[in-house]
Amino acid sequence: MGQYAFRRVLAVFPVLLAVYTVTFFLFQITPGGPWDRERPVPREVVENLNRKYGLDRPMWQQYVDYLAGVVTRFDFGPSYKRVSRTVTDIIGDFLPTSATLGIVAVGLAVAIGIPLGVLSALRPNSALDHLASFLAVVGYSIPSFIIGPLLIWICALWLGWLPTGGADTWRHYVLPAITLSLAPLALFARYTRSALLDVTHADYVRTARAKGLRESMIVVRHALRNALIPVATIGGVITAEIIVGSFYVETVFAVPGLGRYFVTSVTDRDYPVLMGVTLLLAGIVAIANLVVDLVYATLDPRIRYN
Amino acid sequence: MVLDGSLPLAREVRSPWRDTWLRLKEHRMAILGLAFIVLVALSAFFADWVAPIPFTLQDSTRAYEPPTSEHWMGTDQLGRDLFSRLLQGARISLSVGIMTQMIILIIGVPIGAIAGYFGGRVDQALMRTIDVMYSFPDLLIVIIVMASMRAAFRDPRASGVMGVLASVDSAFGGLLGVFVALALVSWLTVARLVRGQVLALRERDFIHAARASGASRRSILMRHLIPNTVGVIVVAATFGIPRAIIVEASLSFIGLGVQAPMTSWGVMLLEGYKALRASPHLIVFPAAALSLTVLAYNFLGDGLRDALDPWTGHSR
Repeated sequence: MGQYAFRRVLAVFPVLLAVYTVTFFLFQITPGGPWDRERPVPREVVENLNRKYGLDRPMWQQYVDYLAGVVTRFDFGPSYKRVSRTVTDIIGDFLPTSATLGIVAVGLAVAIGIPLGVLSALRPNSALDHLASFLAVVGYSIPSFIIGPLLIWICALWLGWLPTGGADTWRHYVLPAITLSLAPLALFARYTRSALLDVTHADYVRTARAKGLRESMIVVRHALRNALIPVATIGGVITAEIIVGSFYVETVFAVPGLGRYFVTSVTDRDYPVLMGVTLLLAGIVAIANLVVDLVYATLDPRIRYN
Repeated sequence: MVLDGSLPLAREVRSPWRDTWLRLKEHRMAILGLAFIVLVALSAFFADWVAPIPFTLQDSTRAYEPPTSEHWMGTDQLGRDLFSRLLQGARISLSVGIMTQMIILIIGVPIGAIAGYFGGRVDQALMRTIDVMYSFPDLLIVIIVMASMRAAFRDPRASGVMGVLASVDSAFGGLLGVFVALALVSWLTVARLVRGQVLALRERDFIHAARASGASRRSILMRHLIPNTVGVIVVAATFGIPRAIIVEASLSFIGLGVQAPMTSWGVMLLEGYKALRASPHLIVFPAAALSLTVLAYNFLGDGLRDALDPWTGHSR
């Protein structure tokens, strides 16, 4: 197990390095620079700015220096747009809001999605099953920037129950969290259902039935535990969905989070912020996948000996 | 028994395609989906006849009008007819979906087939790449690629290869970056599917028979393996198109996709979102169009998957 864990952890770094390299390359081939404004900027100003931020050094040196900064000091550089803040400061400003939103959304998805999947599996091909499957398809296919405004329209504008945007009180988190949770919820429901259906045909479940146990007891104490293992493997996908979904949900609901800030930085061409946030998000997904793989290996020893 | 073919057949001869079509017809939602897609595609193609008001015609005095008999879906923030814009957006959104998927297939199918058939290092390399990219927030990469390409193509100083690409880009209305970015992150899934299918087929008897009768590797690949993977490819494409449409809409919604004067459903969704409080009809129509189209493709894909391989999920 230690061997597997060690190899698995090691595998994270090349991935992040690849992300860094590709992103760095993309920024370099983009003409124009972070100093472009609507009106042409005088050349001396551009040169001075480039010198100040070290952009006049050869490319390989910028690559190595920035990488060194990140690895040794977690220093992602200063923001080009908000001149007095570093990227780390900015991340500190916005990450808590996004993290709260994300965690609540995942909680909702698990709390509603998994039971929904279980109920569908217990009565396959029933009306409930078909309804749940339909809702899952809708929740997964229809993008959050359609469902979001729809919810705003119904709950906030028409009924006036909830605010339309911002993040001041807990009420502000309700609609964004619900919208963000829909796609993961659909995934959890679908995967739980199919995993549970697979398990109910297994021999040990037949034995339990033959012994005369109540069906509900069988499901909860035997089948469910084993069915949840494959469901746990989509943890990485869920994390990625939540992160990317936050770009849109935060934009639609005007939540001051990292996702929305990332989107505006793209148009501002604030490269250090973009690089820092990209690496952070890629790192979060990589770690989520790592955790999922390690947990899975702990639960199913067959994986480790591959 | 006489074996010269003169016995009457108990059942009509049916090709596999006819079998597939008959199975598909039983899937009501899939047929509904297919019908809807055809309807939208025809309306988009014949947009100039279906919606005669030009979609660029602005009339600021009549902005934000709700649906009337003249403007079936009302007008937008610049007084343009919403129905015409919706059909125009359909053209763009559907084209992006289909073209991107074609590029994905052109790249992914050969690579997947080769990896599956030849195995070895090529296969290992492909699987490593797929594993690395599979759980990634691919939209993140798409956004960054899009932003870079957008800037690269806009730059008037572009020359050489970039210049050629820039003119291709404007021919497509600024969409080349979208095609490339989308295709780059999506071809891996198709390659993996095809590879899986080829691996499964490789050990089947009819392949052994072909090899035993002296068929070359290339001929086995071209005449046996690839035709038998068509089912998997068709299903993957049917699910890939709505995904591409949604990604395009997502990019346009944050301002990185289709640019003015072109319009797409994503652009219309953004405009509708901004006007949500006062004029909800601006977002309702594109939202319904996009949602229904995506659902239609998904149902069709489900039906096709069941129709093409009824053994899925059962043991052979």
